[in-house]
Amino acid sequence: MSKRLLVGVFDNEDDTLAAIRVSRRQGFKVVDVYAPYAVHGIDEAMGLSPSRLPWLVFAVGLLGAILKVWFEFWTTAVDWPVNVGGKPFNSLPAFVPVTFEVMVLFAALGAVFSFFVVCRLFPGKRAVLPVAGVTDNRFAIVLEQTDSTFEAPAVRKLFEKLHAVHVEEQITGEVA
Amino acid sequence: MAEAAIALRPPLIEGNKSIAQVTHDVCAPMEARPTVLWWAALLVSFSLLVLGAVAIAYQVAVGVGTWGLNRTVGWAFDITNFVFWIGIGHAGTLISAILFLFRQRWRTSVNRAAEAMTIFAVMCAGIFPVIHTGRPWFAYWMFPYPNTRGSLWVNFRSPLVWDFFAISTYFTVSAMFWFVGLLPDLATIRDRATATWRRQLAGVLSLGWNGSYRAWQRYEVVYLMLAGLGTPLVISVHTIVSWDFATAVLPGWHATIFPPYFVAGAIFSGMAMVLTLMIIARRLMHLQQYITLRHIDRMCKLVITTSGIVGLAYGTEFFTALYSGSSYEQFVFLNRALGPLFWGYWTMVGCNVFVPQLLWFRRVRANVPAVFLICVLVNVGMWFERFIIIVTSLSRDFLPANWFHYAPTRVEVATLLGSFGLFFTLFLLFCRFVPVIAVAEVKGVLNIGKPGQEAAHE
Repeated sequence: MSKRLLVGVFDNEDDTLAAIRVSRRQGFKVVDVYAPYAVHGIDEAMGLSPSRLPWLVFAVGLLGAILKVWFEFWTTAVDWPVNVGGKPFNSLPAFVPVTFEVMVLFAALGAVFSFFVVCRLFPGKRAVLPVAGVTDNRFAIVLEQTDSTFEAPAVRKLFEKLHAVHVEEQITGEVA
Repeated sequence: MAEAAIALRPPLIEGNKSIAQVTHDVCAPMEARPTVLWWAALLVSFSLLVLGAVAIAYQVAVGVGTWGLNRTVGWAFDITNFVFWIGIGHAGTLISAILFLFRQRWRTSVNRAAEAMTIFAVMCAGIFPVIHTGRPWFAYWMFPYPNTRGSLWVNFRSPLVWDFFAISTYFTVSAMFWFVGLLPDLATIRDRATATWRRQLAGVLSLGWNGSYRAWQRYEVVYLMLAGLGTPLVISVHTIVSWDFATAVLPGWHATIFPPYFVAGAIFSGMAMVLTLMIIARRLMHLQQYITLRHIDRMCKLVITTSGIVGLAYGTEFFTALYSGSSYEQFVFLNRALGPLFWGYWTMVGCNVFVPQLLWFRRVRANVPAVFLICVLVNVGMWFERFIIIVTSLSRDFLPANWFHYAPTRVEVATLLGSFGLFFTLFLLFCRFVPVIAVAEVKGVLNIGKPGQEAAHE
């Protein structure tokens, strides 16, 4: 399905933030915002809900720790107990360091790979930029022209008043 | 109000850069032909790498009998080098993770290179335990996998197994942290590259990053998570390294002070190495406006802080030995300071405790060659610290009848030089092919388009 989009290009974070806030206040649908670096507050201005990744990282880390404690217990006390210096087979305190490392490993791998999956980032993916320069020095706000009440010339004027460097209309299959 | 704050806090990046200028300044040296200086440096470090490779091939073929080890001193040069390199790596994580959590925004200019240093240093460190096994082709036995030896598992009570897990986790997490941080910059390289190979390579590696804020939001969360995980990880890694010694009953090793003492020492030596590399990189890649004298000043302050901690630990060790009432402990420390390796001990104290005191002076911190020299000396001192701890305790333990000296052979020295060769070769290649400065992060600390900065953007 093709979409009619309006892209406002800005050259600094302050103007971008202001334009996002104004667009949302006017009831426009902000499809996405593109930025060359992470700007504090854009996510809030866009109304993005907070990421749930921390919960996932916590769960995966916990899973790693539990699996590792079980594995260490099973190998040293159940499957093939070896007497090392007369220490108890189930020497839980000695299992702590490796358990900790494996917890961190699981949590970190979980964080990074779930990030790639959720953001659909993978090797060979073709990067689709709304306008050139958003990985260099340009900020872009992509609005969707949802219905006939969306008056592109008026929005263009509004963006220009907010110091937009450039405003363009795009008709595409998919951008985000 | 805002102007007053700006006057009090000069900008982190000098030269009033625009956003596009940052991209250009960092990417342009990579796109230009390498300088003669770079080729010369690469030639030297690659020669050392080849020397090390030959030495390793020889000792693997002939056996660890080529080392100067004996019945009394079973650990010496290799473990010294291992601990030395692992320690170097820790400053990278300090800068990338701990300073991130403390919101130290000056870290943005140095974190990329510091993280690269971590990865390369861990690679160098990993060589030594593997060759010390004598049969490196069986190194995979350290991994607990179901095997045909009855499924005889690794001993999870052994600090050496803890070490294996700590180092491999540390390497994996550091590499991921570095790569995630690199994603936006790889996209920047892809989008400005003129050479096809560069565009295609950066295109594959950047995973289709397009600066969408939906990705940025999660990127920030993942970065924070990794920093939060990396902070206890780096402390645990050197703690476990110190346990390799502290769990033994040998006088001079069997001390509860070891974990904090080793962690502080690691950050001390690593910070000195970061400074050494930064001073080289800012010169080679013309980044004086990004890695400014203020950055060097702050890192010097970290060096002198950790130097103080290390100095305190040296003193505490003597006090503990005295207070323990154990004649063996007391002997070990007197032997360190006055025994056959006294020169090593005083090199260590001189380089780690006395020399860094010069950094109290602002004039010294602002003098780049002086800082460079001090940092090199700190690294010499920290290498000797590990050597002294390991060798003095082993060579003269409980029974005088067992005492023996240790001297490294040429093969061991060549292997150490080879590890430096590997480290600097990788670092020089990194300088050429990866943005040395975290472009996307530096853009975030510019004063462009920030509230109260309207005048700047007009």
